Amino acid sequence: MDVSTLQHLAAGNTWGAIWPEMALGCLALALLALEIVLPRPAHRHIPTIAIAGQIAVLLALLLGFHGGYVGRESFNGLLRHSTAGQGMRVYFVVSSILVCLLARVSLAKQAMPRVEFYHIVLVVAAAMMLLAQSNHFIMLFVALETVTVGLYILVSYGRQSAPTLEAGFKYLVMGALSSALLLFGIVLLYGVAGNPALPGHSVSAFSYDGMAAFLAANPHNFLASVGIVLVLAGVAFKIGAFPFQIWIPDVYQGAPTPVTAFLAVASKAAGFAVLLGLFHRVFFPCAWLVVPVLSLMAAATIVFGNLAALTQHNVKRLIGLSGVSHAGFLLLGVVASASSALAVGAVYFYLLAYLLASFAVFGVMTHMAGADDSDQELEHYAGLAMDNPFLGAVLAVGLGSLAGIPPLAGFMGKFLVFVSAFQAHLYWLLAIAIGGVVVSIYYYFGWIRAAFFDAARPAGEGANRPERTPVGAAAGIALGALALASIVLGFYQGPLGRWLTW
Amino acid sequence: MSFLTDPLLMSIAAPLAVALAIGLGLPKRWSVRLAYAGFGVPLLCALHVWWHFGKLPRESGYVFLRDYSTGLDNLGIGLKLGVNGIAMPLFVLAGLVGFAAGLYAIRSGAERLKIYLMLLLVMQAGLMGIFASVDVFFLYFFHELALIPTFIMVGVWGGRDRTYAAMTMTIYLTLGAMLSLIGLIAIYVKSGAHSFDLIALRSALDAQPLGALAQRHLFGLLLFGFGILVSLWPFHSWAPLGYGAAPSSAAMLHAGVLKKFGLYGLIQVALPLLPDGAPAWSHSLAVLAVFGNVVVIGLVTMAQKDLKQMIGFSSVMHMGYAFLGLAAGSAFGIGGVVFFMVAHGLSVALLFLLATCVHHRTQTFAMDEMGGLAQKAPVLAAFFTAAVFASIGLPGFANFWGELAIFVALWHYSAALTVAAVTGVVISAVYGLRAAARVLFGEPTAAFLQVAARNPVEDLRWSERIPALVLLVALLFIGFFPRSIARPINLAVSAPSAAAAYAGR
Repeated sequence: MDVSTLQHLAAGNTWGAIWPEMALGCLALALLALEIVLPRPAHRHIPTIAIAGQIAVLLALLLGFHGGYVGRESFNGLLRHSTAGQGMRVYFVVSSILVCLLARVSLAKQAMPRVEFYHIVLVVAAAMMLLAQSNHFIMLFVALETVTVGLYILVSYGRQSAPTLEAGFKYLVMGALSSALLLFGIVLLYGVAGNPALPGHSVSAFSYDGMAAFLAANPHNFLASVGIVLVLAGVAFKIGAFPFQIWIPDVYQGAPTPVTAFLAVASKAAGFAVLLGLFHRVFFPCAWLVVPVLSLMAAATIVFGNLAALTQHNVKRLIGLSGVSHAGFLLLGVVASASSALAVGAVYFYLLAYLLASFAVFGVMTHMAGADDSDQELEHYAGLAMDNPFLGAVLAVGLGSLAGIPPLAGFMGKFLVFVSAFQAHLYWLLAIAIGGVVVSIYYYFGWIRAAFFDAARPAGEGANRPERTPVGAAAGIALGALALASIVLGFYQGPLGRWLTW
Repeated sequence: MSFLTDPLLMSIAAPLAVALAIGLGLPKRWSVRLAYAGFGVPLLCALHVWWHFGKLPRESGYVFLRDYSTGLDNLGIGLKLGVNGIAMPLFVLAGLVGFAAGLYAIRSGAERLKIYLMLLLVMQAGLMGIFASVDVFFLYFFHELALIPTFIMVGVWGGRDRTYAAMTMTIYLTLGAMLSLIGLIAIYVKSGAHSFDLIALRSALDAQPLGALAQRHLFGLLLFGFGILVSLWPFHSWAPLGYGAAPSSAAMLHAGVLKKFGLYGLIQVALPLLPDGAPAWSHSLAVLAVFGNVVVIGLVTMAQKDLKQMIGFSSVMHMGYAFLGLAAGSAFGIGGVVFFMVAHGLSVALLFLLATCVHHRTQTFAMDEMGGLAQKAPVLAAFFTAAVFASIGLPGFANFWGELAIFVALWHYSAALTVAAVTGVVISAVYGLRAAARVLFGEPTAAFLQVAARNPVEDLRWSERIPALVLLVALLFIGFFPRSIARPINLAVSAPSAAAAYAGR
């Protein structure tokens, strides 16, 4: 190996291409440094600095949305930059900003170290960005592990609480299992693609293009099929699709609410970005296998998520299981994307609507929770609309959007997914999805009923609900903006609609 | 600022703007004043459209056509507004009933009046939007926009069993709406028109109709989807329950206008786009409507002891007539249905309004505990009697023409069914007149005397008279000048392009 090789390698390392990830990483490190440098009374400003820094990154991203490296590869093909990737970058920054905002409200009620929380959220967000843009199985796995390890810590962040530790342990075991499945699948694919005896064998089988070329030459190879199914199983854990959704209720309930929101929104979206990338860029020659597997998964996910959510009384479990059903609807869109041009845009729109609605609901939840974060029951919401109309309205908009009720963004998401599913002739899946929507109305409506129709029980009659936190200015603006965006996107999509339905 | 001159957009935007202003924390005094504008502007817009309908040049049957982009042009979705001869009378109906319900609500003194008015205004915007939309997507969209406030109003301001009623309504109506949504998506995808615009869909499907089997399946899907929304027997049980619990203005708007969405969808979308699908279903529809809605529900209505429940059931029963007109499958029958929808909307809204006025004076809806109200409130009694007469379909009221047209059309379809359906007239005369007799005439019951002793019975106040008068005058006007709405309806259903669709081949 001489110097020219290094030179060649270095030329491929276009650091400028990953400036948002770098910026988030540097910000994360800066937070730790600030904790050492700043005097103790000034520590309370650190979360504000974290949020301000992320907003700066978000603005810079939006300004340079179409510029720079879009449409190119960097780091010798480890990453591939696209407009969809840019969109996901924005998505993850927005999620992490919102998670930080929720954490400011939520962590104030717990006796816990603060700064590390923001640090890890930033690192995880950066890793999710890389994950969504990965173009190489090694990159995929490394980014995914960075995300997962960060989330292990975040899930078990409330060390004093037994449910949180339980959640952390379950997430660790399940996450490790899913990583193992994913890795095993990748290894099988790599091994079989590197076999010189097979036509189209590839020397760079870890790269998406190399693997895609191999699969195009051997679409029915048995080992490759097993590998594909294992990789899909690994991803299914992340998005919480049946039959890999068992961890969701316990982990969602035990994790601190901001982390639950992070898991429910960003982690799920990252899973779908990976799934769409893998499906369209690598596994497409094996659509004969991927489409039935994902279809079955979608059907079972919708049915399971909705039926299981029906009986829940703890709102964190409820929203977790309703999130499972959303994963099912999104999977329906992914399946439809095999033959419908609209479907990919529909999935992205659905993810956006899901982000807006979920964070609105989680925002209300953080204000409702007391010191014991896992104790959030439907009964605690009784009389909310009377006592605090603002939180009540935000909750109603969020839940309505999740339920897919017009004129809210969630309806447009479901509508676009259904149109694309129809274009792809997925009639049976559609029938199941319709059933799922009707069932879901029941439990979302139950929650709205608790907040709006049920009168609060007078104190002393077993109404031992935790004290509600008053809404601060920053959280108030964020929640109002989320609700407003959910409403406006329901009937006016504007340039975004044109971009997604292109 | 050209949109300010578009009466259709104004009729949707004005109530929404007022609702928004109230939602942003306008003081109560100003909220109430603005609310008058929020309900008044749509009525003025509707009357403007009515006045100019015959005078303006029509473009594929529509006037006031306007297109507003919302960003989904690539999918063929856009806010395209316009009214044709079928939409126009219903648009006016929405304006009239909305105005009456709004006036009544403003002066009703409901708890948390601001939020109540806000929801009612959103509902009003949705109702105007339904009949002003040419785009099928927005047709559905506005229906849901009007429907959601109904659930909340039933759940929060409702009477007995409000939570259960709200829940039942939500699930039933969501199911119906989802089925029809899938049907609409199916038409969009299968037509290949790449547009939800009704005019474009129609020309695409006229040029290249769908296969007979596809038409039959899709029509069935839409029939049951829309049918649930119109309380087609046996999917009707949400209606009396919901109306029984709903606050009066919400019941007026839902039973009077919003419920007509299902019929409107069938007439405006399903029949013209799937003309070969209708005959396969018309027989089962007619049988369900005659024996289910008219006879069975008619008998159930007769057995009701609760005034509001009775009106709820009677509206389910009257929807049977509308279905019969559809099943008859002739331009005359369809025109009769549209006429009947307007008439029934006005009369049922009037009945719900007066039932609440009665309730304020008797403190109960149980008809056994009333009686002799006419002695103490003669104006109320006069209005109530007129409303009952209208609902029975006496000549002079709008309902008469609608029912007459439907029965004539049905006679050509099946004489036997007509005979069975006409029993409905007798049934509705029985329960209507008996209700009037029990509530208004005879000796006051002991229970009523007790109530009257505690709070003296006063006659209809002006805040109740004006809304009632608006509705009653409209009923009589249309009853004496049926041409005022029959002409536009006729233009739409007998146009050469429509004749084939509505004639049932």
